[in-house]
Amino acid sequence: MYKIAKSNLPELYKAIAGSKELYLPLENAGQVNFGPWSEDCTPDIETLKSVKSPKDVFFPQSENLYTCQKEGKNIKIDPEKLKDQDFVVFGMKSCDVKGVEVLDKVFLADPIDTYYAARRDHGIIVAMACHEPEESCFCKVFGIDAADASSSIADVATWMIGEDLYWKPLTEKGEALTSELSGLLSSDGDENKVEEEKQAITAIINKLPYSDLSLEGWDGDHFEEKFNATNWEELYKPCLACGTCTFVCPTCQCYDIKDYNTGNGTQRYRCWDSCMYSDFTMMAHGNNRNSQMQRFRQRFMHKLVYFPTNNDGMYSCVGCGRCVEKCPASLNIVKVIKNFGGDK
Amino acid sequence: MQELVNRAKELLADGTVSRVLGWKAGDMSYNPEPAYFNSAEELENFVYDGFCGANLSKYMIEASKLEGKTLVFLKPCDTYSFNQLIKEHRVDREKAYIIGVGCKGKLSVENIKAQGIKGIESIEGAGMNDGCDTLTIKTLYGDKTCSYNDAMLERCHVCKGKEHQISDEVMLESRDTKDAERFAQVEAIEAMTPEEKFAFFQKELSKCIRCNACRNVCPACSCRKCVFDSTKYDTAQKANVTSFEEKMFHIIRAFHVAGRCTDCGECSRVCPQGIPLHLFNRKFIKDIDTFYGEFQAGEDTESRGPLTNFTFDDVEPSIVGERG
Repeated sequence: MYKIAKSNLPELYKAIAGSKELYLPLENAGQVNFGPWSEDCTPDIETLKSVKSPKDVFFPQSENLYTCQKEGKNIKIDPEKLKDQDFVVFGMKSCDVKGVEVLDKVFLADPIDTYYAARRDHGIIVAMACHEPEESCFCKVFGIDAADASSSIADVATWMIGEDLYWKPLTEKGEALTSELSGLLSSDGDENKVEEEKQAITAIINKLPYSDLSLEGWDGDHFEEKFNATNWEELYKPCLACGTCTFVCPTCQCYDIKDYNTGNGTQRYRCWDSCMYSDFTMMAHGNNRNSQMQRFRQRFMHKLVYFPTNNDGMYSCVGCGRCVEKCPASLNIVKVIKNFGGDK
Repeated sequence: MQELVNRAKELLADGTVSRVLGWKAGDMSYNPEPAYFNSAEELENFVYDGFCGANLSKYMIEASKLEGKTLVFLKPCDTYSFNQLIKEHRVDREKAYIIGVGCKGKLSVENIKAQGIKGIESIEGAGMNDGCDTLTIKTLYGDKTCSYNDAMLERCHVCKGKEHQISDEVMLESRDTKDAERFAQVEAIEAMTPEEKFAFFQKELSKCIRCNACRNVCPACSCRKCVFDSTKYDTAQKANVTSFEEKMFHIIRAFHVAGRCTDCGECSRVCPQGIPLHLFNRKFIKDIDTFYGEFQAGEDTESRGPLTNFTFDDVEPSIVGERG
């Protein structure tokens, strides 16, 4: 177990950024979101949740796929360069790390999404335990451990305890990063302190109001029952059809592909889409979900029924609670689960 | 609050209305949601307290298409939006039975959390019968208090007044919450240099995630198909081409609602990134007041708005250019 004084973290950031890109939670105009480190940035690792999840480090909100340029009678096609340099994401919470695991199921399944795969190959995840979980958190429902990222796909697990940050490498990538930073990390971190912190976090998690939600009946066996339930007819009504829930979500992975006219060519890009939007999955024949009720139902059926059915029971919700906090109409997946009787 | 439920039950029972549009208690103290109630039983979940900030006027566009009248509860500021929607022929006055409800200022849980209060288990003191002086907050990390006024939405600090502009009846007492000048924030920005203004808006708007919550909640944004959603022209905007593309969306939206925006503040309330979007609209309101005389959208349902009317006293367009 390694450790570093919190007051030395700026030095740690600088050291990492010396050889790699570093993404971490940054404060900007009153809000915290993950962004690239720079000399004059304002890191904030005390705020529990970034507004947006850090998924855009691996799956950006908007990215170019290729550019076409007219050259005389020919068309020149330039594919976007894939990520080829290592980078570090510092301070991801267990729910967000699990969110990447969910994205892996989608983008790393055949046919592999090369843009995403390159970022995953070069990304080094430094996870951080949730020092003081909040009432909107319900990661426990999905079997995620906010107190310890050791059994996740993270490369390093960290804990903020008192004036120190405790640091434990988990993978080869994590070991390599740790040895690069050996001048700043001392190897005398007290395991007992970390154990105490884990227990304190777990005690809070067990007291959280949503920790006892039941997911019974959210599976492929109950697909038709859930799909045809009349509950949706009432549930969707306050929905404004905005994309807040989908855009702050660590697991929403739907995207649209569009062309931008550059004047003498085309820039083909993809960008996050939202099942809440009226043109979502619009096709030549029209739209296969033409009411807001259907679009609303799609989001929750996808997370709680379709995804686990296709992925060995893995839900595509990680209980981060961002939608709980941010929905303008105070609707969310918890209210949906409770409406179907999941309130133990 | 119980008197609202009782009155709603009466109006349902005697057939005056077919349904009720109000707020339903959430599963936390601070997350009630807009909801329809079709029966006395359903009304058991009705709530009206400091966290019922959602403006229900826009929901009346859909409710106007339903059979029978809808009883809708509107706060004083919501009634401006409803009037404006009548003026724009988007809601049907005959389909609405309006109970104007008193308002003691609406709260934002974000403002409470901004004071470092987290792990909220319950909040007391936000009810209509409470003094609205102090909120008592039980959290996983100990008991806290927060002044009611510090937790209020920005719009309540610059409240237009607690008079309902349209209603069939009025219930519950209001409380004066105005303690700041409506145009003070706009004036502060006007005093900046062009470079400072640009930096300010770039910093704020660069947080935008294009979720469209501001547009979708806005009672003035009631186009059936928004130009930014259209797939037929090159105007669809799901993503930014440049790092500061968001400005286009927000500036165009501000122009589109100019003269029609009632300053209800919903855009800023719902923004997940805390962008003070009302500043754009309020700048337009201030300029309209200066150029065409004081005007408040939604005060009535008949008058022509300053930007859709012509008088010989109108300022020459060049005045804006000259001002720089």
